[in-house]
Amino acid sequence: MSFFKKLKDKFAGNAEEEQSTEKYKEGLEKTRTGFTSKINDLVAKYRKVDEDFFEELEEVLLQADVGFETVLELMDELRYEVQRKNVRDTSNVQSVISEKLVEIYQAGEKELNEISFADGLTVILMVGVNGVGKTTTIGKLAHRLKNEGKSVMLAAGDTFRAGAIEQLDVWGERVGVDVIKQAAGSDPAAVMYDAVRSAKSRGVDVLICDTAGRLQNKVNLMNELEKIHRVISREVPGAPHEVLLALDATTGQNAMIQAQTFKDVTEVTGIVLTKLDGTAKGGIVLAIRSKLNIPVKFVGLGEKLDDLQPFDPQKYVYGLFAEGLDKEERLEKGSADK
Amino acid sequence: MAFEGLSERLQGTMTKIKGKGKVSEADVKEMMREVRFALIEADVNLKVIKEFVKKVSERAAGSDVMNSLTPGQQVVKIVKDELTELMGGEESKINFSTKQPTVIMMVGLQGAGKTTTTGKLAGLLRKKHNRKPLLVAADVYRPAAVQQLETIGKQLTIPVFSKGTDLSPVEIARQAIEHAKAEHMDTVIIDTAGRLHVDEALMQELKDIRALKEPDEIFLVVDAMTGQDAVNVAQTFDEAIGISGVILSKLDGDTRGGAALSIRTVTQKPIKFIGMGEKMDALDVFHPERMASRILGMGDMLSLIEKAQTNVDEEKAKQLEEKFRTSSFTFDDFLEQLDQVKQMGPLDEILKMMPGANKIKGLENAKVDESQMGRVEAIIRSMTIKEKTTPEIINANRKKRIARGSGTSIQDVNRLLKQFEDMKKMMKQMSGMNSKKGKKKMSMPGLDSLFK
Repeated sequence: MSFFKKLKDKFAGNAEEEQSTEKYKEGLEKTRTGFTSKINDLVAKYRKVDEDFFEELEEVLLQADVGFETVLELMDELRYEVQRKNVRDTSNVQSVISEKLVEIYQAGEKELNEISFADGLTVILMVGVNGVGKTTTIGKLAHRLKNEGKSVMLAAGDTFRAGAIEQLDVWGERVGVDVIKQAAGSDPAAVMYDAVRSAKSRGVDVLICDTAGRLQNKVNLMNELEKIHRVISREVPGAPHEVLLALDATTGQNAMIQAQTFKDVTEVTGIVLTKLDGTAKGGIVLAIRSKLNIPVKFVGLGEKLDDLQPFDPQKYVYGLFAEGLDKEERLEKGSADK
Repeated sequence: MAFEGLSERLQGTMTKIKGKGKVSEADVKEMMREVRFALIEADVNLKVIKEFVKKVSERAAGSDVMNSLTPGQQVVKIVKDELTELMGGEESKINFSTKQPTVIMMVGLQGAGKTTTTGKLAGLLRKKHNRKPLLVAADVYRPAAVQQLETIGKQLTIPVFSKGTDLSPVEIARQAIEHAKAEHMDTVIIDTAGRLHVDEALMQELKDIRALKEPDEIFLVVDAMTGQDAVNVAQTFDEAIGISGVILSKLDGDTRGGAALSIRTVTQKPIKFIGMGEKMDALDVFHPERMASRILGMGDMLSLIEKAQTNVDEEKAKQLEEKFRTSSFTFDDFLEQLDQVKQMGPLDEILKMMPGANKIKGLENAKVDESQMGRVEAIIRSMTIKEKTTPEIINANRKKRIARGSGTSIQDVNRLLKQFEDMKKMMKQMSGMNSKKGKKKMSMPGLDSLFK
């Protein structure tokens, strides 16, 4: 059975699977609609595996923001694979394509999309550039962990942006967890110190720390983040146990530089790919995974409390194609209208 | 991790071609491939690139490239010219209504920076256009969005119209326009909630707000880091509500910002402003030529020169030159110099604007340590007036005192003193040369080497 067929079945049948991934699917609705026909289109359009087919495939991936270097590498490998296996029919090449993509992503490792918890207090630090959805993600993550039976506390570490503390406060209320905060403009490292202290004394399981959005090329702000990191690890050895980088799915190639810089400063352990319910697919995470070895742990699929789901590479790869083809059509339609 | 600019890419191709003596059509094609790579890495949309490369190829296939002694440079020039032209003339004009009040709507995806930009725009309208703006908090969905705008309004002392989150955004906007009329406020800026362009219910809401009183401007705020999806976003917003212009936010990052080209090409709407930082005055006019350079990774020399020009006081510069010549340059003057450099903006930003700065060995990830400058300042400020003018008198005891006073070490003080001496020597030589040739030189020690 081909890879795509397997995936297709996964989406179509199997009631159990259906239920467990209801949210994921809802978020990817625009991607999923008419997906089967889309893939068939690409296959139907090119009966043979030739240069034209590869070129179109290349474009589909580039339009998903996978990034030039990774796409070229993938294309080389595919060409080689196709030659080696002597694949001539496009219907057979599908499996090779997606297997390769998932392979690039997984790099032979087992999936690591879960939070690693410590024995006592687990500290999760949320970082990222401005406007990627850090605070919203924290709200959703807190909800998720609370549902798993953990006691959760939040730290309002964004003391800079107007309204940021209030925003986290609202999330805390919605989820029903405590928020440790100080006045706007106070030292974020001091907030963290306070938060870690009270998390320890109250014996909570998980402390999730919000930080202000910062562009990775602002040296002072990155130094501040380093200090925050230092303060936390001084108070709790081995902490923060998770440093999650929130990445906006609409971001292009700059995401790679973001991942690199934040990793250098805070030892990022995972990515949360936010806003995946739009039309952008954030394909750069493939490149980030293969170059920097940072896995995606969660995806944000909407604005509701339970719209944060564990990352599933197979479904994700599947979405890349549908969206790419979709985009192409829309754009063609757009330019034809003019 | 920085990407190669187009110039560097083409240089690589050119060395391959050079040996051949003549540039063939195939070589031009090869160069066009490099153009395509560079644009993809800059996040320009693939479809847009296709059209663009086709256009450039036609021009490049002309004899001016083939016969040129520097075909690589020629191609770069053509690409840059075309890019600049595509992104349109300089347009920072804002349409004001003849019938009060002028209504401006801010729209965009979540996290694009609408609320921050709303504040910046209001500040700019008040300062440059003498308007009396009213900010409208119409984002009732995101937690604390209303508080965010209220805080910004307080910072700027600009009134904010907010009705909490119970009323519909359309009703809030309606009341706000009435309120502005009654209070004689001439400009209403409506901060709408971030929304996905595919969310039909929320897009309808924008249409309803729009229907209240035909806005004079509808600005789409777009994150400069946006990738291939920028065209979808811009196109859908434009089709649904008809945007009048674009504001590109977060351009103070290190993104190439190819989204600018994509959006401009697809919507044909001008990019009016760019967001350059988190401070409330960090909203700049869009310059197509500079954006073209940036997309191609060629640095932004013009902005740099302009910054230097606006921030360096002509009169002071002359005085300083006089001091160089007479060797009466003191630590007080040195402090003044530091201040001037600081006024030009964060050093890493200045560095970023220099062409090829990311190519210099060891500079590619240069982190300019601003605190170092602060330390130097502290040391100088810990000196007595006499020490500042005649640093020769600083002996071991004085050094100890200065180090203690500035929270640094004696080594730090020593280093600064030595640097200062070296600088003075260098200046003496330089100004000696200058006076002979009668040429005027940029009189910012250390910095002028940057301009070469």
